[in-house]
Amino acid sequence: MYPDYMLESIKQVEKTRPERYELSKKYGKQVFPPMNEKERDDILTNFHPDYKDDALTEIKIGPNKGEKLTSAVSNMLESHTRIDPAKFDLNKPDHETDVLIIGAGSAGMSAAITAAGNGSEVLIATKLRLGDSNSMMAQGGIQAADQKDDSPVLHYLDIMGGGHFDNQPDLVKAFVKDAPLAIKWLSDLGVMFDKNPDGSMMVKPGGGTCRSRMHSTRDYTGAGICRVLRDEVYNLPDKIKYLEYSPIVELILDDKGQAAGAISYHLGTKQYSVIKAKTVIIATGGFGRLHIRGYETSNHYGATADGLMLAYRAGVKLSFMDSVQYHPTGAVYPEQILGFLCTEKIRTMGAQPVNKNGELFVYPLEPRDIEASSFIRESTERNLGVTTPSGLKGIWLDSPLVDMINGEGSINKYLPAMYRQYSRFDIDIAKYPMLVFPTLHYQNGGVQINDNAETTIPGLYVAGEATGGVHGRNRLMGNSQMDLIVFGRRSGLHASERAKKGVDFGKMSLEHVYSYEKEVNKINIDKKKIAPILLPDYIPNHVKEKQVDTEYFGTLR
Amino acid sequence: MKMKENMVTVYIMGEAYDVPDSSTIITAMEYAGFQLTTGIGCREGFCGACATIYREKGDYKLKGALACQTVVTDGMTLAQIPFMPSEKPIYNLQEITADINTVKELFPTIFRCVSCNTCTKACPQDIEVMDYIQALKKGNIAEAADISFDCIRCGLCALRCPAEIVQYNAATLARRLYGRYLAKKSPEVDESIKEIEDGKYDKELDDLTKMDRKTLSEKYYSRETKLR
Repeated sequence: MYPDYMLESIKQVEKTRPERYELSKKYGKQVFPPMNEKERDDILTNFHPDYKDDALTEIKIGPNKGEKLTSAVSNMLESHTRIDPAKFDLNKPDHETDVLIIGAGSAGMSAAITAAGNGSEVLIATKLRLGDSNSMMAQGGIQAADQKDDSPVLHYLDIMGGGHFDNQPDLVKAFVKDAPLAIKWLSDLGVMFDKNPDGSMMVKPGGGTCRSRMHSTRDYTGAGICRVLRDEVYNLPDKIKYLEYSPIVELILDDKGQAAGAISYHLGTKQYSVIKAKTVIIATGGFGRLHIRGYETSNHYGATADGLMLAYRAGVKLSFMDSVQYHPTGAVYPEQILGFLCTEKIRTMGAQPVNKNGELFVYPLEPRDIEASSFIRESTERNLGVTTPSGLKGIWLDSPLVDMINGEGSINKYLPAMYRQYSRFDIDIAKYPMLVFPTLHYQNGGVQINDNAETTIPGLYVAGEATGGVHGRNRLMGNSQMDLIVFGRRSGLHASERAKKGVDFGKMSLEHVYSYEKEVNKINIDKKKIAPILLPDYIPNHVKEKQVDTEYFGTLR
Repeated sequence: MKMKENMVTVYIMGEAYDVPDSSTIITAMEYAGFQLTTGIGCREGFCGACATIYREKGDYKLKGALACQTVVTDGMTLAQIPFMPSEKPIYNLQEITADINTVKELFPTIFRCVSCNTCTKACPQDIEVMDYIQALKKGNIAEAADISFDCIRCGLCALRCPAEIVQYNAATLARRLYGRYLAKKSPEVDESIKEIEDGKYDKELDDLTKMDRKTLSEKYYSRETKLR
């Protein structure tokens, strides 16, 4: 439960609640005026963390050399390889397959099911277990323009505006056109979408959408989809094999510059394996566990941007790696759930963000970067945030409005994950607001692809959060879940087609690892700085001081 | 001295460690120096990887929990369960029927349920596990799908079940059958796909992809917002 001094502030929130409820009856979601283009620009420039002086650092090596990227990303990419290429006999592969998929979230598993359905043999290599991913943790929804009052054209405009018009147009077009098809594909696989009594999809709006097109499976949308995909992968044992606890540490190319496989590393036995594959799909997710700018994250333990490093070292360019998504509503109290996601669906169902005096200060459904920046302004410049016992700042997300607007019991019914999360700490979010602050959430940019999910390396495909382009510099709610399915399926299909045609391989090679290593050595990088990072390091210093003969290789010992 | 006041002693596989009292089982193990590669996943209660058992001071009971969601108490004894090796039957969803025959064929073990409710008591999501198994036994797939909806497949139900039922796999089947066959159809989805396939939006979308930034921005900021 909240300490007494916070309950004092909650009294202010309760005092203004009836008035704000009346506003919502009158204006729907628009209880505060949305910002225009200039207001958006101003708040981003002044308050978004991406605009701080030290947010970006010029990268000194590789395909994006000379460009300014998010500092933590530049730093990670300027790392040594985990392997000594000379120790591998690439002519004796431990595994051979048509399509190798790296990562087993919803993008990787959509790719696997699609490639298998197209007649290819598939091997998945993943860091932890099948389905262990950010995909599983998504809550709020998945966007598709399949309603009568909506169209792919409006979806296109929303995506471009949310991304500040920098998005890659061919990817956005493919995305909005495939989206309804992806909903059907998921329904046929047995995903239980929330529906109205007449069977039509129960849709909600999202931050920055002009229509209600957010489909959901309560507030377990990511799990609702990902656990179905995983079950389907389990059901195709003849076509899809998988290696768990086996992250990929390097790609293998051939001497013609085509993708030819990868090297995996078993986290338990510490053995490396050589995998030969006709085509390779990277679906490794994002970078939340890099804790950019010291932010807490909503991300999975394994979200260490491995795919960026793999592709970059092989020579593929990254797009939009100068932008980071901070989700407006990460938990800041209680301490045990610091940085955990409080789904945007709470706002799409009517919850309003308010300051310590219970006052509205922003349209609750701005695109995420705008909403997050306004939270930061409210608690810094305006000093109207609530301070936690450990000194952090937060904004109230007035969740009891959800039941007032949608009927008693709505929170329990449509937001069971959120209700449960807070109940574990004796907070009933149907009665008390939630204290939130932006949390590191999503990698807006990533590996450059075309609308077939192909990279500039023949036979190398990328899907999901590891890619950059669809979302420009800011993704909207529900578009990551759709991204996973649309480009997961596209990558699976095109990788399978290429494998079926047959690849004329040259000599298997790790030459790209040698040459990147030369560049790393030129800029004098510490020998112990290794990437892909694989897992974050949370071992405290007082333990490390006593590990007198323990070698840390990167973050792992 | 102040620091010490906020510490508790936990026993990790029998060995004593002082850890901050705000720790969860996961962060307590990390604070103690364990680098986790199994029995760990999303760290937010959505993936089920960190299902574990523990015992509290002065209590003989072995309790199940998600390690990332459970705050340690003084004297707690902790362990890890690295992996659940449960059996999962293979099926083709497109070739089975949403009725009791499918349940009987794929999960015959559920008919051994002795209604002891151990599964429900073991569930860290507070799901009425026994109730959905009972519903499945009667062929009520819709009810089983609804009750089991919040299952994160941690496996603690199956671990504790004296009848050796793998409840969470049966629940997955129920939800997939419901989504595929029993949920009312949403014709608007098919209609929108047809419109797209017929090329209804192709010209407009092509124009948008070629549009300069200024025109696109004007179009965006002047679009009408109609939310439900």
